[in-house]
Amino acid sequence: MAEVRPLLRDELLPPRRLERRHLISIADLTREDVERLLSLARAFGRSLEREVKKLPTLKGRTVVNLFFESSTRTSSSFELAAKRLSADVMSIKSSGSAVDKGESLKDTAITIGAYDPDVVVIRHPHIGAPHVVARWTKAHIVNAGDGTHQHPTQALLDLYTIDEELGGVSGVHVAIVGDVLHSRVARSNIQALALMGARVTVVGPPALIPRGIEALGCEVSYSIDTIRDADVVYVLRMQRERMLEGANYVPSLREYTARWGVTPGRLRPGQKVMHPGPMNRGVEIDAAVADAADALIERQVRSGLVVRMAVLYDLLTHGPVEVKVAEIEEVA
Amino acid sequence: MLFGGNGRKDDLVLECIRVVDPTQGIDEVLTVTVEQGVITRLEPTATTASGRIVAPAFVDPHVHLRTPGREDEEDIASGTRAAAAGGYCAILAMPNTDPVIDSAAVLGALVERAEVEAEIPVGFLAAISKRQEGAELTEMIELAERGAAGFSDDGRPVVSAGLLRRALQYHEVAGRPIALHCEEPALSRSGQMHEGIISAELGFHGYPSVAESVMVGRDLALAAHEGQPIHLLHLSARESVEALHQAQAAGVAATGEVTPHHLCLTDEAVRSLDPNLKMNPPLRSEEDRKALIEGIRDGTIAAIATDHAPHAGYEKDVPFEEAPFGVTGLETAFAVLNTRLVEPGILSLATVLERLSAGPARIYGLEPPRIAVGAPANLVVLDLEATWCVAHDEFRSRSANSWLLGSTLTGKVVQTVADGKIVFAA
Repeated sequence: MAEVRPLLRDELLPPRRLERRHLISIADLTREDVERLLSLARAFGRSLEREVKKLPTLKGRTVVNLFFESSTRTSSSFELAAKRLSADVMSIKSSGSAVDKGESLKDTAITIGAYDPDVVVIRHPHIGAPHVVARWTKAHIVNAGDGTHQHPTQALLDLYTIDEELGGVSGVHVAIVGDVLHSRVARSNIQALALMGARVTVVGPPALIPRGIEALGCEVSYSIDTIRDADVVYVLRMQRERMLEGANYVPSLREYTARWGVTPGRLRPGQKVMHPGPMNRGVEIDAAVADAADALIERQVRSGLVVRMAVLYDLLTHGPVEVKVAEIEEVA
Repeated sequence: MLFGGNGRKDDLVLECIRVVDPTQGIDEVLTVTVEQGVITRLEPTATTASGRIVAPAFVDPHVHLRTPGREDEEDIASGTRAAAAGGYCAILAMPNTDPVIDSAAVLGALVERAEVEAEIPVGFLAAISKRQEGAELTEMIELAERGAAGFSDDGRPVVSAGLLRRALQYHEVAGRPIALHCEEPALSRSGQMHEGIISAELGFHGYPSVAESVMVGRDLALAAHEGQPIHLLHLSARESVEALHQAQAAGVAATGEVTPHHLCLTDEAVRSLDPNLKMNPPLRSEEDRKALIEGIRDGTIAAIATDHAPHAGYEKDVPFEEAPFGVTGLETAFAVLNTRLVEPGILSLATVLERLSAGPARIYGLEPPRIAVGAPANLVVLDLEATWCVAHDEFRSRSANSWLLGSTLTGKVVQTVADGKIVFAA
């Protein structure tokens, strides 16, 4: 009797058109890609210390920010990143657009595509949205968050922040606490940290830790005491808007906060606390911890700007289709 | 019970062709003569055959014709035309239409249309419950008399064990097979794909195997208790196959079917986020796929059914999470099974041919197609070596939501004869 031959991944994928690169998932990146991006981000960081913060790098290029979900940090960060690189920027929010009239994502993409954007940055409540835009435009796609799937630039800026704060990522122990099940930030971070040699433990109530998450490169613990051992405690928000109603992931928020809330008593002095924002003070993170952590959280936001500049630049210059950009000026 | 197909009876001669008929244990080179739609001669020949074979044509007991209500996706003519191109001489259509086929009046209207529009004989299942809402039984005896081929609430499970029990009791007098879609909604809720390592990685709500097997267990227990037969639709989990196997061993009259996609794919395929890989039940793990293949091999699962589910392009051209479940399958079923399972030696050609034809026919009390003198001609001529590419614009179905778009397959339907009439010639 013949062995059932395991199907190779390549046989299962539809034929891919490899004309251009996208950043849709951390899984798209190699370790070399990440190191290159972080190094670019550092270079951009230095250039931003100058009086005049604008670089001509992406002059004449068009970046469209397409946001179907609310956002403060990410949308402002991408907009400013593109502007600092002198690109022409269009920011479109779904509310107030024809999406209110029922226009599909595909048609929205085709409409935007008519302007020949070089990059489309998209945030959408549903997994797979960036792929639809990639199929219907010729732009490079950056995923700014698709449902509960991935938010790769968040993970990159978190790596950058940890790197700056602790002098490296390899060997660092990061505890990711909270609603991992519904968190695209968690998925991207687990993959990115594992890729760069960090040790990751996810902590939370059983129903909010996906079964099989270890395969992404982390350990699992249901006890909040575990976070004491970590170098960095990364706190996730309870993603109530993504939770099914009546699904009983936890009996109550009260019990969640009592068992898994990050409070001062559960931390070691000097332990680094990070949060992707927005925070629900008093739920997943104690108000005092949030205030003490504010400095690092503010650094995450600043990192976001230079990391996103690096991502925009890298997508257009590194890959099968190269787009002409002005050189980054060397900063003394 | 089967309607349409326009009773034209053709003549044809297939010379020096390898005849493979698993129902009669034939595998030899013969010349087949059909006159007025009936096989009149089967003569042994000395000459070697071409690369072609002729086998009993296929029967698909699980097709969504989308009629009435969504004729933009498929109608009786296009669906039967697609079936003919896939080598099918008969198909059975599911009743989850708009309106649902839950009364003799609606069924009667559909039967009348089929008599005119169907290119091959087609049968219709009626719903188990009115509007498939799971609350009240349909008038099963009247529906059976009007020609219902069986009963199913497919698309949905029969959530109430009490209602299923009544349907089984009524089967004693209504007589037509009861086909069940096993899915415990509280467990499958919002599930987009199999719950496993891949869904953990991709972030999708998972639809665990236990959502299917819990109801399979329940339905088998009720069937055993009432002493009535049941047919389990589109099995996907190894636990379901195991439960079916044990029930059969214990004497329960239960049958099962599996789709070509569940035999060929696993949840790994969903990584591409292509909505043409979104089905209900979802693609599961390699262990599940192996168990389904073994179930086909040892006969626990008697039928391969496509669950052909056409969807409009604009409905599938959306993010995975938004897309409806289902893929088409009539035109590629044999080719993909030949390419992925027969050629690599995983299943024998005879087994696949049997599960595509006699197996499904017997479940619904239809005469299994066979190649014998005096039998009506229900034949499919297959070229086992021809390769072809699955192209978006070449489907006869109105819909192109196939998981095989762009793939190259080996094995082609060259000619189909349904109830004595040539319905397809490549």
